[in-house]
Amino acid sequence: MTMFSIARHTALRQARSTCLNAARPSLFQQSSLARLLSTLAILEQREGKLNPSSLAAVTAGKQVGGTITGLVAGSNIKAVAEEAAKVEGVEKIIYIENGAYDKGLPENYAPMVVENIKKGGFTHIFAGHSAFGKTLMPRVAALLDVQQISDIMAIEGENTFVRPIYAGNAILTVESTDKIKIVTLRGTSFPPASMEGGSAALEEGTDPKTEPSSEWLSEELQLSDRPELSTAEKVVSGGRGLKSKEEFDRLIPPLADAFGAAIGASRAAVDSGFADNSLQVGQTGKNVAPKLYLCAGISGAIQHLAGMKDSKVIAAINKNAEAPIFEVADVGLVADLFDAVPELTEKVKK
Amino acid sequence: MSGLRIMVPVKRVLDYTLKPRINKAQTDVDVNGLKHSMNPFDELSIEEAVRLRERKVPVDDILAFSAGPAKSQDVLRTAMAMGADRALHVVEEKVDLEPLGVAKLLAQVVKDEDRNLVILGKQSIDDDAGQTGQMLAGLLGWSQATQASKVEVEGDTVTVTKEVDGGVETVKSKLPMVITTDLRLNEPRYASLPNIMKAKKKPLVKKALEDYGIDLSKRLKTVKVTEPPVRKGGGKVENVDGLIGKLKELGAL
Repeated sequence: MTMFSIARHTALRQARSTCLNAARPSLFQQSSLARLLSTLAILEQREGKLNPSSLAAVTAGKQVGGTITGLVAGSNIKAVAEEAAKVEGVEKIIYIENGAYDKGLPENYAPMVVENIKKGGFTHIFAGHSAFGKTLMPRVAALLDVQQISDIMAIEGENTFVRPIYAGNAILTVESTDKIKIVTLRGTSFPPASMEGGSAALEEGTDPKTEPSSEWLSEELQLSDRPELSTAEKVVSGGRGLKSKEEFDRLIPPLADAFGAAIGASRAAVDSGFADNSLQVGQTGKNVAPKLYLCAGISGAIQHLAGMKDSKVIAAINKNAEAPIFEVADVGLVADLFDAVPELTEKVKK
Repeated sequence: MSGLRIMVPVKRVLDYTLKPRINKAQTDVDVNGLKHSMNPFDELSIEEAVRLRERKVPVDDILAFSAGPAKSQDVLRTAMAMGADRALHVVEEKVDLEPLGVAKLLAQVVKDEDRNLVILGKQSIDDDAGQTGQMLAGLLGWSQATQASKVEVEGDTVTVTKEVDGGVETVKSKLPMVITTDLRLNEPRYASLPNIMKAKKKPLVKKALEDYGIDLSKRLKTVKVTEPPVRKGGGKVENVDGLIGKLKELGAL
């Protein structure tokens, strides 16, 4: 029975990957013929909902070529697995039903991922460079004795990846000599795969049932109706020029609402307590690449530019005409933001 | 139980205010002759270790550690001026260590020095990998709490508030464990002149990579290092109407 189902899956996989390759020739088809490439995409779920941005891992798998398998784990995971099975380009979803994985605690999650990598013989393991991916993947890499490659912007070959270093002031192309590539993805460089059109097989994964050595106690998330910062089409961002939390709250949310934008902040604004930590854009905060990045009272330190300079259009309001932000802004307005921001808000609303 | 035996790994990096230069051959970033400092996240690690002691959490000792060129001694002296008791320096001039290699080295030092808490920065601002702490925890089989913005120790129980996407979460673990620091954890103190003088007398032990017999051969080969695409500013407008007009013209509004 087992033999039969394996054989059937393999036949199905071959048929399907032939079709896929015909429709979308892989960048590395040559090499994928020489060696079987297979991606494991680590998919995030939260309270039974698939995190769409984690589907960037599927996109990366398509670029490498070969087969793509997704992995999800947690309680009542079947529904998430079924949702993930519809993702375009995925051939199999491995699911692990166990509430111990709900909070993504790396102490037990990493050994579980490692067991499934070993069992599946995957060549590439992709996850988002999100809080979850950042905490999990290096632990997985260490357990497999692999040097991970973090926050990649592009894939140039099955072994070759491009990533920013020095706050994005240099771009490093690096070739991995490890047998397994463990890679985290810059969300703004890899759009999520479509959640429609796929019909992946479901398969129960290996569960080593390692006890988590940490206990998850609580969380406090900023809930808002605004678009999520890292995926928003427009971002309105405030900096130290706002002078206080009161002024930030008075001026920035209405401006963001007028544009239908997410709210961001510079590190200076976050450190001064004007805005929540989770809104920080920059080297050590979030990376954004919206269609419009509009900032007020931000000077444009290199650490901040690292997180937003891939935006399509950058607009800046700053009273200092020499501020470095104007060197990258497509449109700059030298003005006191306390006058310009309310005026802009009013005029855009109309 | 006995107290905390803390290790704080610190890295000497190009000062955060400086822009790196890429060499002509596009093989590396040229940082020779430029100001270097302690990685900012590592300052937070030292500060947190010292604050634990000041909060009357039993701390047996705080060991600062660095692996790298002879000049890394400066950041170890800074760490001791901030309050670390002693330092260990694995002197290595040639090999540019990768996070996995550093984690293996740290795991050995943790065993040699009988540590029960390692506090590291969440990332170094040169390589921006953000891996070493998690790798170390994995190699040791210890608990990990990354991007800490609050650390509370009571007996052998450690409660850590972590920065996550969209907010914070709190986890509880038992010692031994690995913690990585986020910017919000604390505000590092400046080393005062008397403390800098005192730090010169604190013990600093030097070792060589060979003393550890760990295979630290590189797994990643640099293909090239290039400049990021340069963005050119599009000029300025006179007023808010001009701003709106330009945004419309650019299709952003």
